[in-house]
Amino acid sequence: MKVDRIPFEIGKATPRADGSAKVSGKEKYAADYYEGDFLWAGVKRAGVPHATIKGIHTEAAEALPGVIAVLTWKDIPGENRLGIIRRNQPVLAETVVRHSGEAVALILAESRGALKGAIDSILLEYAPLPGVFSAQEALKESSPLVHEDNPEGNVIKAVSVETGACASAMGECDVVVGGVYETPVQEHAFLETEAGWAYRAENGACVIVASTQTPFRDCFEIAPVLGMDPGSIRVIAPYLGGAFGGKDGITVQCLLALALLHAGGRPVKIWWDREESFLAGVKRMNATMHYRLGAKQDGTFHALECRLYYDGGAYSPLGGEIMTLGAEHAGSAYRIPNVSVKGWALYTNNPVGGPFRGFGVPQVTAAMEQMVDMAARKLGMDPLSIRLQNVVRKGDRNCVGVILTHSTGAAECLETILGHPLWKTRDEWKKGAGLFKVRGVGLACMAHAMGYPPMVPDEARAKIELTAEGKIRVYAGVVDMGQGNASTYQQIAGHILVQDGPAMELVLPDTARTLPSGSSSASRTTYTYGNALIEAATDLKKAILKAASAQTGGTRPEEFVLVPDRVRHIPTGNEISLGELAGSMDGPARTATGYFRMPVTRERLDAIYMGPHLIFSYGAHLVYAEIDELTGQVEIARYLAITDAGKVMSPRVYEQQIEGATAMGIGYALTEDFKVANGSIVTQDLATYIIPTSMDIPRIESIPVEIAEETGPFGMKGAGEIGMSGPMPAIGNAICDACGIRILRAPFIGEAVHEALLSGNAEEADL
Amino acid sequence: MKIRFTLNGEAREMETDERRRVIDLLREDLTMTGTKEGCGTGECGACTILVNSESRLACLMVAPQLDGAEVMTIEGLARNGELHPLQKAFIEYGAIQCGFCTPGMVMASLDLLTRNPSPTEAEIREGISGNLCRCTGYQKIVEAVSAAASARKLGGRP
Ligand code: FES
Ligand code: FES
Repeated sequence: MKVDRIPFEIGKATPRADGSAKVSGKEKYAADYYEGDFLWAGVKRAGVPHATIKGIHTEAAEALPGVIAVLTWKDIPGENRLGIIRRNQPVLAETVVRHSGEAVALILAESRGALKGAIDSILLEYAPLPGVFSAQEALKESSPLVHEDNPEGNVIKAVSVETGACASAMGECDVVVGGVYETPVQEHAFLETEAGWAYRAENGACVIVASTQTPFRDCFEIAPVLGMDPGSIRVIAPYLGGAFGGKDGITVQCLLALALLHAGGRPVKIWWDREESFLAGVKRMNATMHYRLGAKQDGTFHALECRLYYDGGAYSPLGGEIMTLGAEHAGSAYRIPNVSVKGWALYTNNPVGGPFRGFGVPQVTAAMEQMVDMAARKLGMDPLSIRLQNVVRKGDRNCVGVILTHSTGAAECLETILGHPLWKTRDEWKKGAGLFKVRGVGLACMAHAMGYPPMVPDEARAKIELTAEGKIRVYAGVVDMGQGNASTYQQIAGHILVQDGPAMELVLPDTARTLPSGSSSASRTTYTYGNALIEAATDLKKAILKAASAQTGGTRPEEFVLVPDRVRHIPTGNEISLGELAGSMDGPARTATGYFRMPVTRERLDAIYMGPHLIFSYGAHLVYAEIDELTGQVEIARYLAITDAGKVMSPRVYEQQIEGATAMGIGYALTEDFKVANGSIVTQDLATYIIPTSMDIPRIESIPVEIAEETGPFGMKGAGEIGMSGPMPAIGNAICDACGIRILRAPFIGEAVHEALLSGNAEEADL
Repeated sequence: MKIRFTLNGEAREMETDERRRVIDLLREDLTMTGTKEGCGTGECGACTILVNSESRLACLMVAPQLDGAEVMTIEGLARNGELHPLQKAFIEYGAIQCGFCTPGMVMASLDLLTRNPSPTEAEIREGISGNLCRCTGYQKIVEAVSAAASARKLGGRP
């Protein structure tokens, strides 16, 4: 029989599994549940950055019509603590508040109106405490303590990396450049704010449908709070309306579970509004970075010294780990024999710092890549040759001393730029600037580690089934927060089993139905889960072919192939439908699972806290920027993003990742400045916190350097984060190229650039 | 109060509070959750709907403003189960990632194409600039809208 349906292919753009439902408004996100007689729950937040709580007056709120319950920390049945590495964050504050967005009371009400009224009528009585509002302040002996019981004072985590002999090597350098570089707090600003829906299952289990990147971890994190067994909590993660790290961990989940205990059997909904999301959500930590880079006359990098201070805010969901990844990437993608990096993540009374696409790396890349340009200028070299001369190649040691034994395409990325027309014609473009405009071209090169550090096993378990109806069902345990990994899973399984879209079904993460596969983060989802799925799908294929041979007694499995919806016996051309075949197999025979654990470095586990990474993605970005001399406004005219994320499995999804990350990086570079003054948020909404619109993002040309990563599924590596780190330094370098001015504090908003232009702050102030 | 309007071509009559926001009326009262809320203050465009064929922000409107109006939401765009060419273009060109901005983006684009059937790239960028997308970097959205406009010239909808 002729097959006119085209099965999934690897390396070809296929329509996303979620496209049709999303474009027609049918897809159900966590915020889209309004079923039955449900209650709204919400939180009274502290409003002050640091204070002792003298009283929480809830009587007035409780008396309001439509208010079902007002809960405080005293109503928490288990331990009132959340946290991943350190369990030190109260679900509801007890005697102290440490940042202005801290949750103090939880309210259940019949309507959103009643909820708002109740929140407003809760009175909090405080005795103010002096606060600490910057990382540098936090380190001072005399500063107030954010956590009285932390043995390291305000230090969340300090790390130190030493390779070679940095101090003496710096003295051997012909040129040394340096500076103190600062990056701002960045807000995720995903379109779907934190949301969730909870209900009691018939068996009494607490079911939470939430916008979360970490459903399995969530169960374990919230169970002790409620004094429950993790097995009695079920977390379901539908498609997310964006996350970027901001939904890695607990946002609404624990509050929902707590509310459910007091909901009298009714479902509960929580949906933070934008202002609350800004107030309570985690942020990209700001960083102050002291850098010195030394090179020999011929351009060879010889020594790097940095001190990194990351403001972790009031609690530390991964603050120490984020800073550590920054320290690991402090030298970007270069071979530098003598390195000394010291890093601190610090508690302050600012909003809580947490994961955000790039996980601590965009900060250091912004600093390092501008140092590279400074060194090039001082040496009279061009910024591309100095990078090509020093960039890591396979077999080199990176700046924390790990030998790069896997695919290392940084040089190929730079070489692609070298041969690109945008590089070759840059001088002509620059000359074409109009009146009161100056033009500059900037470069950046990046590396980004894939997966968790060695001390945290990075593993995934995939499950796949031939359903009784003859469809292929993929059980994905890793969240799709918009990046399209679920579609790629379908593509992988479809490719191996020779099936197309209509023959496939997807089960999104659900702790009761899918297998634990870790978080949707760290550029790991497709790499890790994809490898596990290849194993599962291959096993299922074997089982199907075996069943076909059993059904047609006397034939061998090798005589069969899978075709869409059917299995074909090659010698005779006879076909059996998958539905028919499924009927002949029992449940377990129709199900297969796969497991994968990411390889890690064997050497030098002590190089850095939790161990250094082994596999990296790489990138090189080129930007054309035009600066208005009258206003300081920077406009991006062209953008070229070259990426080594291994082989491209799904070109459309890949491009989306690179374009999206680059756009987010452009926002980080040019406008996004989450302002906090003495612990109070100044940029409270999307009118004052400016993310890019369609007018601010240029056409982005994205070219993959497809070097196969041998351990990756079909040769791929992670692409989710690498694009985020390029724009800030590339644009900073372009500004300097255009006007000779180096602005050491990002973002490069018009006012800042204008001011720098006026003061004529030349770059090369020696340090 | 009582309001009467047509919603996606169907006549509706509803008893509602006069301060009820249109977005709540749609999402909560009618459980038409295709229209999304991203900010509630008119800054993100996620809640864009068409009222009398012009794009409006459902988070900034109250129920009485719908009285007598013709309202179209994302749910009303497909006909007889067939997606609108603009919706198809969004899928085909990869203009969707998380998809939370998508309904509003599609409605804003539809409004743009109705007013300007052959927009330039700059006009498309301007036309959708009131709708924020945090995922895509906009390029693929611009391509999708542009493709839908060209298809329309060849005789398709809208
Ligand atoms: S929700 Fe209406 S504009 Fe953002
Ligand atoms: S696709 Fe996520 S906000 Fe646009």
